[in-house]
Amino acid sequence: MSILVDRKSRVLCQGFTGRQGTFHSEQAIAYGTNLVGGVTPGRGGASHLDRPVFNTVRDAVTATGADVSVIYVPAPFAADAILEAADAGIRLIVCITEGIPVNDMVKVKAALAGYRCRLVGPNCPGVITPGECKVGIMPGFIHKPGRVGIVSRSGTLTYEAVFQTTNLGLGQSSCVGIGGDPVRGMNFVDVLALFEKDERTEGIVMVGEIGGGDEEAAAEYIRRHVTKPVVAYIAGVTAPPGKRMGHAGAVIAGGKGTAADKFAALEAAGVRTVHSPAELGSAMKSALMARRRRGKKKR
Amino acid sequence: MNLHEYQAKRLFLDHAIPVPPGMVATNVTEAVTAAHELAGPIWVVKAQVHAGGRGKAGGVRLCRSAEEVGRAAEAMLGQRLVTKQTGALGLPVNQVYIESGSAIERELYLSLLLNRDRGRIAFVASAAGGMDIEEVAAHQPEKILRVDIDPAAGLQSYQCRHIAFGLGLAGNQVAQFEGIARSLYDLYLECDLGLVEINPLIVTKDGGLVALDAKINVEANALFRQPALVQLRDPSQEDPMERAASVHDLNYVSLEGDIACMVNGAGLAMATMDLIKLHGGAPANFLDVGGTANAERVTEAFRLILSNKRARAVLVNIFGGIVRCDVIAEGIIQAVKQAGVTVPVIARLEGTNADRARKILKASGLAITPAKDLADAATKAVRLAGRGARR
Repeated sequence: MSILVDRKSRVLCQGFTGRQGTFHSEQAIAYGTNLVGGVTPGRGGASHLDRPVFNTVRDAVTATGADVSVIYVPAPFAADAILEAADAGIRLIVCITEGIPVNDMVKVKAALAGYRCRLVGPNCPGVITPGECKVGIMPGFIHKPGRVGIVSRSGTLTYEAVFQTTNLGLGQSSCVGIGGDPVRGMNFVDVLALFEKDERTEGIVMVGEIGGGDEEAAAEYIRRHVTKPVVAYIAGVTAPPGKRMGHAGAVIAGGKGTAADKFAALEAAGVRTVHSPAELGSAMKSALMARRRRGKKKR
Repeated sequence: MNLHEYQAKRLFLDHAIPVPPGMVATNVTEAVTAAHELAGPIWVVKAQVHAGGRGKAGGVRLCRSAEEVGRAAEAMLGQRLVTKQTGALGLPVNQVYIESGSAIERELYLSLLLNRDRGRIAFVASAAGGMDIEEVAAHQPEKILRVDIDPAAGLQSYQCRHIAFGLGLAGNQVAQFEGIARSLYDLYLECDLGLVEINPLIVTKDGGLVALDAKINVEANALFRQPALVQLRDPSQEDPMERAASVHDLNYVSLEGDIACMVNGAGLAMATMDLIKLHGGAPANFLDVGGTANAERVTEAFRLILSNKRARAVLVNIFGGIVRCDVIAEGIIQAVKQAGVTVPVIARLEGTNADRARKILKASGLAITPAKDLADAATKAVRLAGRGARR
């Protein structure tokens, strides 16, 4: 098992023939992702990377049965692309695009409430189920099929967590980059709920950062609903207030969204926190070993 | 991107949001002329800087004659104003804004911004205006009114009434308030704002509502479709290093420490700063060269962080995913050779082709200290920066 994507996922790429879309689609195909085609308005009927190109997402869904779409469309047109995917019946929309105007995402988020689909991102690395399906820009080779679920607001910090859990032999069930924007699709709570239900996932690594209250909401959710061990790290202890730290959502505003508050909330919920991202993997390993020991004693 | 008060008030005027009569001045003569043209008998001279807390810092003066206006403008113009929001260096005052004094009955607070928890634009209002709203929110949360706006339905009349009555407004003030609220919401959407704040929104002695201050932030991601607003940018109010970084499309934030950092990815860049602190050092900057860094960007980034005279060591932290570490290593070597680096450079390169990158750095013969992991990198950077300090 895994969450969101697996070897049966039929993946479509919006912005397929662009530079980003082409490069990452090649990588996805090489990884073994079932990439069934792509969309570039005006290029319908052509072939690209040995896959069909369609004018609209609706055409692509009708012809290929795609259920997942990954978006590399430039920021000014990305909100439109997300809504086109939703309207065409795509089940999972993964938006990689960085720099979408926040007010566009406010509209998109409200509009998506009327569809039965999930959005991951924008401004995220994507979703991967190692060995099965790679949807996004993460380097495939650092992953290894295994038992840790990873959810993160940051791209490269996700890779750190992946790399460490791979080197320690734990591997990953699935990894979800929820993105660095203030208004996004799936949040920590949504992904935590899926990992909690997923049989293959034995432990969860959560990587947050300054800004907003999503880590606090996650802490509350973990306290009430999550039985699996969770290891968490929050980036930005040294970030000055009022400054946007690279990600549009990484800003301490009005005294809210500090790393200290988030660490405190997670610790109060029983989450094992680490203050160095270098310790994410080892902390997860010891948490899983402790759980196994406890499991054996019970038997 | 922040606007000056006088720029924000022009946008208010365009949207029929009442503001006191005012004029901007860049020298004393203009200030005196403005005082003669604007109605007295009281004028207010306000320093135009991108920071709050001006009143307590001497950046807002009440004047009772045109001569006094001239003296106040002379005292402010060309100086740097230090407020609790500017840092010790303060910000340069290149313009002052002269306004007719208002007869204030009551001060209210009103702002429009993103409610991140709900993903909606929201009004925040309080009858405790003129004060630091964060203080009010922390100590008297019951005095804060909040209204989230459904983006499809738009701002509703009942929401405006809810705030107006909550602020203690009555009679035709309620309709007046709705007019202002609707204009603000239109302005927010039209101009792609991230924040519009009126503190205080005053009730005048004759019962009218007037925006006495105006603070506007334009959302950075939307600047591509707001060319007119981009023209209002004032680089003199920006940190010089951050301004230089923006030219090269690098994400840079100046900090107070002495260990310069160059990292790929915003999260890892923040984590690197935190690690330096955890190991007893202090980061000089936040710098994200982007997830797709190449040799040229690395070189640009190196030039930038080395132009910071406080830097006593450089920590390079790259997780090569799509980016190949050997390419980054070549970039570091190129940069170190070109820029003539005199401080220790510590490099931690992990991921794609990391082994080859380490060999390249070693073979270069340059004094670049390799680090085997994150903790090792931070430890070495802190130690070598300390050694540099004693030289």
